[in-house]
Amino acid sequence: MFFKDSYDVIVVGGGPSGSTAARYAARNGADVLLVEKRQEIGSPVRCGEGVSMEIFKHVDIKPDSSWFVNQVTGARIFGPSGKFILIDAKKAGDEVGAVIERDNFDKYLATEAARAGAEIATKTSVVALNRDGGEITGVRVRRMGEEKDVSAKLVIGADGFESQIARWSGFNTNLKTRDTTSNLQYRMTNLDLDPRFTDFYIGSVAPGGYVWIFPKSREVANVGIGLLLSKIKGPSEAKDYLDAFIENDIRFKNASIMETVSGGVSVSAPLDKVTADRIMLVGDAARMIDPLTGGGISNGVIAGKVCGEVAAEAVKAQDFSDEFLQRYEKGWRELLEEKLYRDYMAKEKLVSLDDVALDKLIEVMSAVRLENLSTKEILTAIRSKYPELVKEFEDLI
Amino acid sequence: MIELNDDKCMHCGACVGACPANAIYLNEVILDFNDDCTDCGLCVRACPVGALSLIRTRGLKVPAVTA
Ligand SMILES: Cc1cc2nc3c(=O)[nH]c(=O)nc-3n(C[C@H](O)[C@H](O)[C@H](O)COP(=O)(O)OP(=O)(O)OC[C@H]3O[C@@H](n4cnc5c(N)ncnc54)[C@H](O)[C@@H]3O)c2cc1C
Ligand code: SF4
Ligand code: SF4
Repeated sequence: MFFKDSYDVIVVGGGPSGSTAARYAARNGADVLLVEKRQEIGSPVRCGEGVSMEIFKHVDIKPDSSWFVNQVTGARIFGPSGKFILIDAKKAGDEVGAVIERDNFDKYLATEAARAGAEIATKTSVVALNRDGGEITGVRVRRMGEEKDVSAKLVIGADGFESQIARWSGFNTNLKTRDTTSNLQYRMTNLDLDPRFTDFYIGSVAPGGYVWIFPKSREVANVGIGLLLSKIKGPSEAKDYLDAFIENDIRFKNASIMETVSGGVSVSAPLDKVTADRIMLVGDAARMIDPLTGGGISNGVIAGKVCGEVAAEAVKAQDFSDEFLQRYEKGWRELLEEKLYRDYMAKEKLVSLDDVALDKLIEVMSAVRLENLSTKEILTAIRSKYPELVKEFEDLI
Repeated sequence: MIELNDDKCMHCGACVGACPANAIYLNEVILDFNDDCTDCGLCVRACPVGALSLIRTRGLKVPAVTA
């Protein structure tokens, strides 16, 4: 195998969260191995590829044309009757701000990690967490039919929705069915869309979730669906609902599918604890996805930076105790936790509304002028006109 | 017991993350099922493309898949 027997830090998972953690750990002096089981970083894409512009404020990421393909000016949210509200991208804190090419974006982030000094191993699976008398000592990896133990003082679990590292190290990452979504997406071409907007369709077209159209250009867009697992009754519903949506929309009449993407997305509250002795979790593995939008790139990258920095501090101090790693716990929660909880509660309420109530909500929102797009702001604005509609949401204001 | 239709599988891991018993491991493009499976059927519903099905074993009645 190409790598050494021992590192300060092993990061499991070469997605945005893992690459960012590896980058900031290496940049600050740690000896880092980043392990990715797929044969190619970023591919196949498992994502709608919408990101908020928020990410660029927190992390040193320079948009380049290989992945930053379409900055949108707004998001449109369509109610069941077809009425929509337009959200100005500039005001929409965590909403979609741009559509990217995830495969190239992930490679860009991995390249930054490599430049900072991290070693990257692809087509290499972590198959076990090694321990000595209970203490984590590294991981067992498998690569091209060979297995090997690699030791590390600190392991970072950035292994996404599947989150084996978390489960092997004793975290309870089990999701409730109402906190899990099943997703399917087609990358479609030969469309004729307005590329200035990302579109969201809520209501019974996508029980407990939404349909999205994220354009890369006038001609090409990601068209996908997420359904809440608790609302799914049988097999293949994500596909059946998405196919029905496309079938019923004239815009897709002449379109073809270039790529099919599927995956699971958590829409839960974040884990209560994402650290233990010698281990930290980050990104989807730590259930950091925004539960209202299902977007996880930004949060994973923002937390990944804090995670990497704290990993390097731990190496400097040679202290890998849970107590020391609270710096990470505190750091990422300061940046993300409040919004995650607020959006979780908003999601919980939204999924309880039927088509009639959702239409009313859209109607009210299009009537009130919003200066800022935050759950709180929206609810306050609605309350001023229709207090009875937000009565249930009162605790979020 | 869970049966996989390889022809439909996208190797996306949605079933892996949804499984409460951690009975599935996605080995890049191969799904491995272990003995911890409780036949709860959640993975069947979570799979976006219908690649999984619950089949009768040990003469037990298959639990109805409900919300
Ligand atoms: C259909 C779909 C649409 C989405 N749309 C959007 C969107 O528009 N915007 C958005 O922000 N988010 C979206 N998301 C969510 C987004 O994709 C994730 O939040 C994001 O990828 C999280 O990054 P991550 O680095 O935490 O995990 P991942 O990107 O999942 O990376 C984890 C990596 O770990 C690797 N890995 C796993 N186990 C092991 C192991 N044992 N050994 C070695 N490597 C391992 C995996 O191969 C993977 O590459 C979508 C998700 C899906 C499924
Ligand atoms: S039936 Fe339940 S326990 Fe078995 S693999 Fe599927 S989700 Fe896991
Ligand atoms: S959820 Fe379905 S498509 Fe995805 S890996 Fe599991 S069986 Fe395959």
